[in-house]
Amino acid sequence: MTSNLAVVGIGQSKQAKRREVTIGALVREAVTAAMADAELEFADIDAVVLSKTPDLFDGVMNPELYLADAMGAVGLPVTRVFTGGSVGGHAAIYGAHLVAAGLAKRVLVVAYSKESEGNFTWALSRPLPFSAQLGAGAGGHFAPVIREYIRRSDAPEHIGWKVAVNHRLNGIRNPYAHVQRPDITVEEVRSSPMLWDPIRYLESCPSSDGACAIVVTSDEDRPQTARPPAWIHGMAWRTETGHFAGRDEVNPQAGRDCAAEVYRHAGITEPARDIRVAELYIPYSWYEPIWLENTGLAAIGEGWRMVDDDRTAFGGELPVNPSGGVLCGNPTGATGLLRFAEAALQVRGQAGEHQVDGARRALGHAMGGASQFHAMWVVGAAKPGETQ
Amino acid sequence: MRDVAVVSFAQSPCLRANRQDDMAETLLPVIQEGLSNTGIDRDRVDFFASGSHDFFEGRTFSYIESLDAVGAWPPVSESHVEMDAAWAFAEAWTWMQLGEGDISLVYGIGRGSLAADLDQVMPSQLDPYFLTPLRPHRDALAGLQAAALLDAGLVTERAMAETVQRCLADATTNTAAAKAGHYSVEELMAAPYVATPLRTHDVGPIGDAAAVIVLAAGDTARQLADRPAWVRGLDHRIETHYPGVRNLTDSVSARSAARRAAELAGFAAMDVDIAELHTEYSYQEALLATALNVKDAHINPSGGPLAGRPVTATGLVRIGEVAQRILDGRADRGLAHATNGPALQHNLVCLLEGE
Repeated sequence: MTSNLAVVGIGQSKQAKRREVTIGALVREAVTAAMADAELEFADIDAVVLSKTPDLFDGVMNPELYLADAMGAVGLPVTRVFTGGSVGGHAAIYGAHLVAAGLAKRVLVVAYSKESEGNFTWALSRPLPFSAQLGAGAGGHFAPVIREYIRRSDAPEHIGWKVAVNHRLNGIRNPYAHVQRPDITVEEVRSSPMLWDPIRYLESCPSSDGACAIVVTSDEDRPQTARPPAWIHGMAWRTETGHFAGRDEVNPQAGRDCAAEVYRHAGITEPARDIRVAELYIPYSWYEPIWLENTGLAAIGEGWRMVDDDRTAFGGELPVNPSGGVLCGNPTGATGLLRFAEAALQVRGQAGEHQVDGARRALGHAMGGASQFHAMWVVGAAKPGETQ
Repeated sequence: MRDVAVVSFAQSPCLRANRQDDMAETLLPVIQEGLSNTGIDRDRVDFFASGSHDFFEGRTFSYIESLDAVGAWPPVSESHVEMDAAWAFAEAWTWMQLGEGDISLVYGIGRGSLAADLDQVMPSQLDPYFLTPLRPHRDALAGLQAAALLDAGLVTERAMAETVQRCLADATTNTAAAKAGHYSVEELMAAPYVATPLRTHDVGPIGDAAAVIVLAAGDTARQLADRPAWVRGLDHRIETHYPGVRNLTDSVSARSAARRAAELAGFAAMDVDIAELHTEYSYQEALLATALNVKDAHINPSGGPLAGRPVTATGLVRIGEVAQRILDGRADRGLAHATNGPALQHNLVCLLEGE
């Protein structure tokens, strides 16, 4: 068992509709960038984990086979993980587990989606027997959950609009973000078309092509480069059954359990005090207060107040998604890993224009399915156990 | 390495087409059997890992349905690979090394019969720009590999038929087999080709089934089984995707996976009594036995995949079949192999041992 784990390389492609590159080339962009960041060669890598949402999204079955060459994986063990939108987080954690278990020294974790080459809504229209064919998409599923959050917390309706503006303004600081809307206003969000009440068009994530890759190593096998690593302080995943009466999808037990475990690993007793920046999986604006409460960064019913008081905006005391987050780019297979990677960039001080000052510890968060899959990690600028 | 063992294996019969049960209904009794063999309840399981593939079900997130059947309440620690469940087994074994829990449950569920036309499905496994549009039918690349072996003098059509003969005869004692029987080599060689030089019986029959393995660590394993099947070494390796740039007459990835697994295990393929190989095609037995360096072992005593191939569970069944023989005291050391991709692109090797 290896105790200290480090993220030493991070790469990502531009998130956008990328018809000019193949899937392999898109993946290679992120892989090349991560390897260059780590200052490692493929010969230094001894396992690869691939993250991808359903194969039907872009129609390539078992993409680890086709991508073996693009990932530099020929001759290596490759695992293709799939747990819904949380998959990027799961892949990062599995990669870290391989190092922690002593089965690999350096693991390359690769993630992508190329949604412009598939048909998302078709792929999500699952013809289950006895189920109505609503074709409601993901927003149709989440809208009633948001309604319930608003009812419980008595949040004013402008909160969702404000989150949408905050994240879009963050996105213009991130050259990799798909959506670039420097002039966005609350009024513009409010007047954008209603998709699934209360979710408006500008409160929704885009469908993106994009890739992300990271390199995880043990402390002993860490390349000595000028750029500091991000140290992994804690990681956890949790799954709960998707559908049963009494399940609380506004505040899923699996998310709470996952957060509790990741903070326990990281030695964090007061997350709102100890976490300086959070990259949360927020596909619809209202999920910022929902996940703030679920991950313990806000008390129940208080998440929306943090938004209202600008505490989660860039420059606030706990910036959420300084990268622009999912609302500015959503290549679903890569989205979870992007959240984990952006958290790591922050604590390395490598986040460029969207760098949060004094980001010593960050939370990366990914969720999937009907919010029943959760994965999180806490990364830090200092080694675990050292003064934070 | 932490000592981790298979303490239970269960599988459903491999049916050529199960039109009675859905994914959950197929899986649930197998999970119950897998757990009841050890006398534990589901709440004792610290980690779940599974393997299945949406393309066979024809819809996204099909694994959620099987997971809902397994039950994930209160919330569980869980992961899934969209690969053969042998890779889920590898993930569970890795997780067990962390020492965060003592019991894992791995399941694989495959229903290859659901696709109306597998020739429409399997080309999607290839490079989507250059190879998929050629739409090779599902046995075409295997036929090329078999022909390459014949040309190199590494196998003969008669040897392929003899492999099939032995596997189907062995399968007569396997209640999970989809196909079994006693055939003469002449009878087999008289059958027509489906992809020269492959005949129908040279192709493992696709089927529907589920498999479950329970893993336990150290003393917990000793409590749950009289003779745990210890996982001594496991590794897997992938090769280039493009069949045109590979030497199809060798399996470099199986060879290197076996070497690494042997390093971990302290014994090698040549030392095992039995080997269960994921031979989707008869010609692969000779190829794999050479690459892995299996010497005197009884290969595929269950009949192997030539007697039944439940997609995404087939590799896990190989591990289970070896483990079961160790659990029963019928074998001391065994090798299990799993594969994925065209012409053996990706290979996994697991070495197991009884005490």
